Amino acid sequence: MENSHIVTIAGLVKRYPMGKSYFTALNGISLTFDTGEFTGVIGPSGSGKTTLLNIIGSLDSPSEGSADVLGKSIGLLSHKQAAQLRKKNMGFIFQTYNLLPVYTVFENVEFPLLLLKMNATERKKAVLDALEWVGITDKIKSKPAQLSGGECQRVAIARAMVKKPELVLADEPTANLDAANSHHILQTMAKLNEDLKTTFIFATHDDKVIKYLKRKISLEDGKVVSDETML
Amino acid sequence: MTAFKLAYRNLIGAGLRTWLNVFVLSLVYILIIWFYGLLDGWNRQAKRDMINWETGTGQYWQKNYDPYDPFTLNDSHDKIPAEVKDDINKGLITPILISQASIYPEGRIQGALLKGIDPGQTILELPTEKLAIEMEEIPAIIGTVMAKTNKLEEGDYVTVRWRDVNGTFDAAEARIVGIFKTFVPSVDAGQLWIPLERLQEMKQMQGEATIMVCGNNYTSETIDGWNFTGLDILMKEIEDIIATKSKGGSILYIFLMLLAMLAVFDTQVLSIFRRQREIGTYMAMGMTRGQVVRLFTIEGAMHAVLAALLGAVYGIPLLSLQAIKGFAIPGDSGSYGLAMADTIYPVYSIGLIVATILIVLITTTIVSYLPARKIAKMNPTEAIKGKLQ
Repeated sequence: MENSHIVTIAGLVKRYPMGKSYFTALNGISLTFDTGEFTGVIGPSGSGKTTLLNIIGSLDSPSEGSADVLGKSIGLLSHKQAAQLRKKNMGFIFQTYNLLPVYTVFENVEFPLLLLKMNATERKKAVLDALEWVGITDKIKSKPAQLSGGECQRVAIARAMVKKPELVLADEPTANLDAANSHHILQTMAKLNEDLKTTFIFATHDDKVIKYLKRKISLEDGKVVSDETML
Repeated sequence: MTAFKLAYRNLIGAGLRTWLNVFVLSLVYILIIWFYGLLDGWNRQAKRDMINWETGTGQYWQKNYDPYDPFTLNDSHDKIPAEVKDDINKGLITPILISQASIYPEGRIQGALLKGIDPGQTILELPTEKLAIEMEEIPAIIGTVMAKTNKLEEGDYVTVRWRDVNGTFDAAEARIVGIFKTFVPSVDAGQLWIPLERLQEMKQMQGEATIMVCGNNYTSETIDGWNFTGLDILMKEIEDIIATKSKGGSILYIFLMLLAMLAVFDTQVLSIFRRQREIGTYMAMGMTRGQVVRLFTIEGAMHAVLAALLGAVYGIPLLSLQAIKGFAIPGDSGSYGLAMADTIYPVYSIGLIVATILIVLITTTIVSYLPARKIAKMNPTEAIKGKLQ
C-alpha cells in the first residue's frame, strides 16, 4: 500500500519572514495522497491551501518536515531538479488560468510538449486529443483574449493534462467562473481522473467543487482540522 | 531550438511593440551601413583620383624636396637620373619640375606654382596633350578652381614671372590652352602646368626635375640623390582625414546605438514587469529560471535578427539606389581642399555589413540579458500570481 502514495507529507511547517518575526502558513501537516485521488484541500483564505499546493508542486520548499512527491523529497531538490519534476510529472491549473496571451489555444496546450521536446507529429496528436477531452476543438486558432472565462479554464485543463501527468494541482480553478462553467470544468476533470487515473489535488473554498470530491481535507490556520473520504 | 521557437512566437505575438523596436533597430543598421559605406566610397574615390591625377603609384622626390616646406623648392631640382631614362621613354615614369612663380591676372599679383610636365605623358590624367603646341607664349593648362579664382578662361593670357637657377627674375606671357576639371585640388589650386622642356629652359635647368611620378608597371629601385615615396606616405593625408571622419562617425554610431538599445532595454524591463504571471507560469510548467532568462534574452536579441531582415527588405533597394545614383555633395566640394568628388558613390563591403550586424546583435543580446537577470531572483509562487517583485 505504501507504494501507492503519490505524495507523503510529514510534519510539514512553512514559515515566511514577516518583518523581524515569521508568519507560519503551515504548522505540522502530515498527509498522504494516493494515486488516482480527486482530493480537495478546503479552507478559508489564509488557511495555507495554496502554500501546501505550492510545496507539493515543488514551487516552494518546506521550512521543516518533509514532502515527498513522486518519490522525490521536495526540500532536497535543486531548482533544476524541481523544474524537471514539474515538467515531466505535474500539471498546474490556476484560478486566473495563466494562459500565455500571445499564443493561440493550440500553442498554449502545445507548450508543455515543446518543453518535453516531443516530435511535431506526436505533439499535434496529443494537443488535439487534449482539446477533445475538454471540448474546445473549435477554437484552436483563437487567442485567450477571444475566449470566455470557462473556455480559458478548459484550455488550462487541456494544457495541464496534455502530457498525461501523474499529478495535477489546481488552485481555485472555479473561483472566476459562473456556476454552469464551474460544473462543466469539474465534470471534465472528474472524467479525466476516472479515465486517465490522474491524481487531482484542489485548493478551493468553493462549495460547488466539494460535491465532486472523493476526499476533503480541511485546513485552518495552517493545520489539518478534518480529513474525510466522501462516499 | 525550443527557446528560439518560443522567443519567436512571443515576439511575433507581441505585435506592434515588437515591430516598432524592430523598425528602430533596422534604421540603425541602415544608417550605420550607409554612413560607413559613404566614407568608404569617398575613401576609395579619393585614393583612386589621387593616384590618377597626382601621385601615380609612387614618386621619386629630389632629396631636398619637401612638399610641406615651400622654402625647399629652390634647391629641389636635379638632373633626371640616367637609370630612369629608358623608363621615361617607355612611359613608365614621368618627371615634373616645380618652380615658384607669380602670375598677374587682371593686373593683380598672385603666387603660383609652375609645374613642368612632359606633354606626352600618360601616367596622370592631366590633359597634358594640350601642351604639345608650338607657340611664342608659354602654353599652360589649369584646373577649374585656378581658373575660377583668377577669372581665367581658355585662350586668356596671363603674365608669369619666375626666377631662374641663378636667381634672376624673368617674365613672359602664358596662354591658357586648356582648363581641366579634377576632384584633386592639389593639382589645381594655384598651379599652372606647362611643358617640361619649356620650364627647364625658363629656369635654366636643362634635363632636371623635382619629382618623378611612377606609373602602374614601374618597379621602384634605389636612385642616388632621390628618395622614393610610396603610396602609404602619399595617401597619409587623405587617410588621416578619413580616419578623422570615421571618428566623427563613431559619435553618430554610438548615438544611434544608444537610441536603439534604450528602446530594447525599455522593452525588456517593461516585459519583465508586465509578464511576471507568464514568467511564473513558465516555471510552473517546468522551465528553470535559467531557461526563462535565456528565453527573454533571446527574445530581445531576436529584435536584432528581425531588424536585419526588415532592414534588408527596404535597405537593400535604398542603399543600392544610393550606390548607383551616388550622394551629391552639397556646395563646391573643391573648395574644401580635399579630394572630394561632386558625387560620392557609397561602397558597402561584406565586412562592413557583417560587422554592423554582429555589433548590433551582440549589443542587443547584452542589453536584453541585463534586465532579464532579474528573473533569476524571482519567486515563482509570487510570479504566478503576477505580484510585483
